[in-house]
Amino acid sequence: MISSIFQYDFLQNAFLSGMVIGLLAPLLGVFIVVRRLSLIADALSHVTLAGIAGSLYLSQTFVGLATLNPLYLGIGSAVLGSVLIEKLRVVYKHFSELAIPIIMSAGLGLSAIFISLAQGFSTDLFSYLFGSVSAVSRQDLWIVIGIALIVCLFIFAFYKELFVSSFDGDYARASGLKTKHIQMLFMIITALVIAASMRIVGILLVSSLITLPVAAAMRVAKSFKHMVIYSMVFGEISVIVGLVSAFYLDLAPGGTIVITSIIILLVVMLINKLKTSKVS
Amino acid sequence: MSKQPLIELQNISFQYEQTKVLKDLSMSVEQGDYIALLGPNGSGKSTLLKIILGLLKPTEGKIRLFGETASKFKNREWIGYVSQKSNAFNGGFPATVKEVVASGLTKKLGLFKRRAANQEQLIDEALEAVDMRSFKNRNIGELSGGQQQRVFIARALISKPKMLILDEPTVGIDRENVAIFYALMEKLNRELHMTLILVTHDLNVIEKDITKVACLNGKIHYFGSKEGYEALTKEEISTWYSYSVQQEGTR
Repeated sequence: MISSIFQYDFLQNAFLSGMVIGLLAPLLGVFIVVRRLSLIADALSHVTLAGIAGSLYLSQTFVGLATLNPLYLGIGSAVLGSVLIEKLRVVYKHFSELAIPIIMSAGLGLSAIFISLAQGFSTDLFSYLFGSVSAVSRQDLWIVIGIALIVCLFIFAFYKELFVSSFDGDYARASGLKTKHIQMLFMIITALVIAASMRIVGILLVSSLITLPVAAAMRVAKSFKHMVIYSMVFGEISVIVGLVSAFYLDLAPGGTIVITSIIILLVVMLINKLKTSKVS
Repeated sequence: MSKQPLIELQNISFQYEQTKVLKDLSMSVEQGDYIALLGPNGSGKSTLLKIILGLLKPTEGKIRLFGETASKFKNREWIGYVSQKSNAFNGGFPATVKEVVASGLTKKLGLFKRRAANQEQLIDEALEAVDMRSFKNRNIGELSGGQQQRVFIARALISKPKMLILDEPTVGIDRENVAIFYALMEKLNRELHMTLILVTHDLNVIEKDITKVACLNGKIHYFGSKEGYEALTKEEISTWYSYSVQQEGTR
C-alpha cells in the first residue's frame, strides 16, 4: 500500500517533507511547551498566513512574480513576526502575553486584506490553510530540508542553554548566559519551523503538530531527554498515519494528522490512567 | 596568593524607577568568608544579590569581581547561585535530578559541547556532597522542598564555583532539613574553604558557623566580624531596622 505512494513524484515530496516535519515540529515543540510559548506558535502561524496570502496576491497581480514560491514570503513574515513578538514582550513586561493577540490580529487582518484583494479563496490558499498531499513541490521539499538542517544545528548548539533557561531563567542569567539572545534566536527558529510545517499540516493546524505530541510525551516521559524522544516518535507516527489516510480518503492532511495526534494523546492518557489505578 | 577580595562593591546605589532601594553601599568579600546578610523585608537584600550576580545593573557605583570590572568578568561560573526555593523553577518541568544537576555545567562547557568527558562522575560527586545520590534518576517535581533545595546546591557545586550566593535558601523547608542544610554549608566553608554569602532570617541557627555579618536596610548599617555584631546593643540594631532610605529624600 505504502509502495504505491512512491510511484508519484508529488507524493514523494509530500511524504518526505512530512517525515522531516513530523520529527522537527515536536523536537522544537518540546522547548516551546516548556517555555510556555504554545500560543505564540499559533500567533506566528497567522503571521505566516499574511505572508502567503500577500505572495499569492502579488503573483496574481504581477506577471513577473507568477512563479514566486509563497513559502519565501511566508518564512519572511514569520521571522519578522517572531522578532516583533519578542520586542512586544519586552514593551509589555508585566503583560507579555499581550504580544500574542496583537501579532495574531495583525497577521489575520493583513491576511483578510490580501485574500480579498486576490478575490477570495483559491484552491491554493485552501491547501495552505489545511495542508495538502498533492501541492508540495520539489522546491518545497528542499526548503523544508534546508530549514531542518538549520534547526538541528541550532538545537545541537543550544540544547543545554535552552534546557537551563527553560527550567530556571534566573539561574541561567546568573550563570552568565545571554538568555535574551537565546530567546530571540529561539523565536526565529520557531518561525522557520512553523513556515516549513505549514505546507503539510496547514497554517491553522501547525501549532497542534508542535504541541500535541509533546502533550502526550509529557504524560509518559520520566526525563527531559525521554520527552524529546517520545515527542518525536508521536509526531512522526501522526504525520505518517495522517498522510496515508489523507491520501486514500482524499482528505486534507492537516485534519488527519491532527486527529491522529489527538488519538495518540487520548490513548496515552488512558494507558496512564489504567496504570495508576492498578497501582493504587 | 595575594589577598585580593572576591567581590568589591564601591558606592553602589540602585533605584527602581522612582524608588530608591540601595544607597551608597560599599563592602568587600574575601576568600573563605561566610557572610550572613541580614535585613528586614524590602531592605534590598535580593536586589544586592542580583547586582552581584549581574542580573541588575546598579544606577551608580563600581563592582569588581575577582579583581576584574564586573562588565568584563567572564567567569560567572565561579559564582554559584541558589535562589529561594519557592520561585526557583517551573514546578511541573519533566526533568530528572541528574539532568538538573548537569545543567549547572552549561556555562562552563560553552556552546556545541553537549557534555563533559567525566560528566557522570561530576554529577555523582555533586550529588554525593549534598547526600542525594540515590535520587539521581528521580523526577525533580517528586521531591520535597528540602530535597529540591539540595539538588539546586548540587547544580551550583558541579561547576566547582569559588563562592556560593544563597537567597533565603531555607524558606519553606522544615526544621529538620534546615539543620541538614546548614550543616552542609558549614562543611563547604570549613572543608572546601568555599566563600558563602547567605541571606537569612535564621541567624541564631548559624551563628556558630558564620565569620561575618552584614546588616542591610537601604544601606549597609553594619559589616564586620560576628563578634563585633554580637557586641552591638539592641537599640542600635532596632534603629537600623526602622531606617528608611526613602525618607532621606533625593539629593
